[in-house]
Amino acid sequence: MRVNVTVNGRPMTADDVWEGESLLYVLRERLGLPGAKNACEQGECGSCTVYLDGTPVCACLVAAGQAEGREVVTVEGLAPGGGPGGEAGDGRRGGRDGALDEVQRAFVDAGAVQCGFCTPGLIVQAHALLASADGVPPDADIREALAGNLCRCTGYEKILDAVRLAAARRAETGSRA
Amino acid sequence: MDFLRPRSWAEALELKAGRPEATPIQGGTDVMVEINLDKGRPAALLDLTPIPELREWSREGEVIRLGAGVTYARLIAELGADLPGLAQASRTVGSPQIRNRGTVAGNLGAASPAGDSHPPLLACGAVVEAESVRGTRLIPIGEFYTGVKRNALAPDELIRAVRIPSATGPQYFSKIGTRNAMVIAVCSFAVALDSRERRVGAGIGSAAPTPRRAAEAEDFASGALDWDGRGPLDPGVARRFGELVAASAAPIDDVRGRAAYRTHALAVMARRALGWAWDDFRADDRGGSAR
Repeated sequence: MRVNVTVNGRPMTADDVWEGESLLYVLRERLGLPGAKNACEQGECGSCTVYLDGTPVCACLVAAGQAEGREVVTVEGLAPGGGPGGEAGDGRRGGRDGALDEVQRAFVDAGAVQCGFCTPGLIVQAHALLASADGVPPDADIREALAGNLCRCTGYEKILDAVRLAAARRAETGSRA
Repeated sequence: MDFLRPRSWAEALELKAGRPEATPIQGGTDVMVEINLDKGRPAALLDLTPIPELREWSREGEVIRLGAGVTYARLIAELGADLPGLAQASRTVGSPQIRNRGTVAGNLGAASPAGDSHPPLLACGAVVEAESVRGTRLIPIGEFYTGVKRNALAPDELIRAVRIPSATGPQYFSKIGTRNAMVIAVCSFAVALDSRERRVGAGIGSAAPTPRRAAEAEDFASGALDWDGRGPLDPGVARRFGELVAASAAPIDDVRGRAAYRTHALAVMARRALGWAWDDFRADDRGGSAR
């Protein structure tokens, strides 16, 4: 079947989609967006987290057909220029000139990335937390927000640092994530 | 496999009547796991997410009619005061991403004995609203679960909504797991005090082939509690309540826990949950209105 979905602000079409396929598979294998990662395929690890109509979800648990006509934002679409206006122009390569979203920047600066496999999901989920939080969220809120994102390298401390850092920087500049 | 995409509830019922083997899909948190891991391959998926009325809940007298598409996240945000037991259980479901997609109706459709919604629905006497082209059928929750991952729905029926009495007293949910998130219950328990009828409801999960009520424990506590005097909970009553809840279970040994552990844990959870609920009841000056 054909699936029409707006990804990172750009209308996209995938053809020959199998009816039992997930949105994650469509993004990675048909639309060339490998940011969201494929690991557990059962909603346990959070590494495939994307926005679906503004809400973070596990893309592996969304049937491809359920994304028909809806808006998806992946980790590639978070940075300024990561959408249709970016240098890549196709929503595929993230921000122009290496531009990073402030959550991405904070992950780099805090050293919150080791193997990197869980990072895209954590960044989307942290991005959603900060979009709805005022100031720096209490640790309990950060932990709760990230409870469905597994990292097997870092022990999470640097990840918590990164979320606090992004939140603090945002509070300073008054911008929204 | 076919992907059926009805644009209205009437069309969904027509499609289900024509393709009774089609698997309804809402949040996908059970259905897609089956497909992704190749544990099962439905002949067709019937996507219910485009149907707007399923995403609504309404107040009908003293009952909340919870549309089949209302997510756990919305239930937690909007219905915590009316349905405190179910909201507590919903907070323990999966992770934020799962709660953004999963639904109580999906929990009922899957009918896993470990589903988190079931104990509170049993404790407060919910009713499942099933519909087909033949009409609407109201199924009391105690008759809904018919076996491991089996329910009372006819092949052409879909869950339209769940009708849940708004709380008339304190409610609590308790769940055993290996961590505080992303946990399938080792066993679970819910209690609901109906301070008007002076009844105690008790539902158990993940400790029998189906979720089930602990009827003997309910009758015992309803009669033994000091509803008029609102005195402290008699430790003997609490202990006996726990024993009767545990006695109503029929657990097995499996990967998540041993039967003996489940029986023990149920007795402890039931005793404690009754204590929490009773303390709230005693502290409530308003004479037992919903918390």
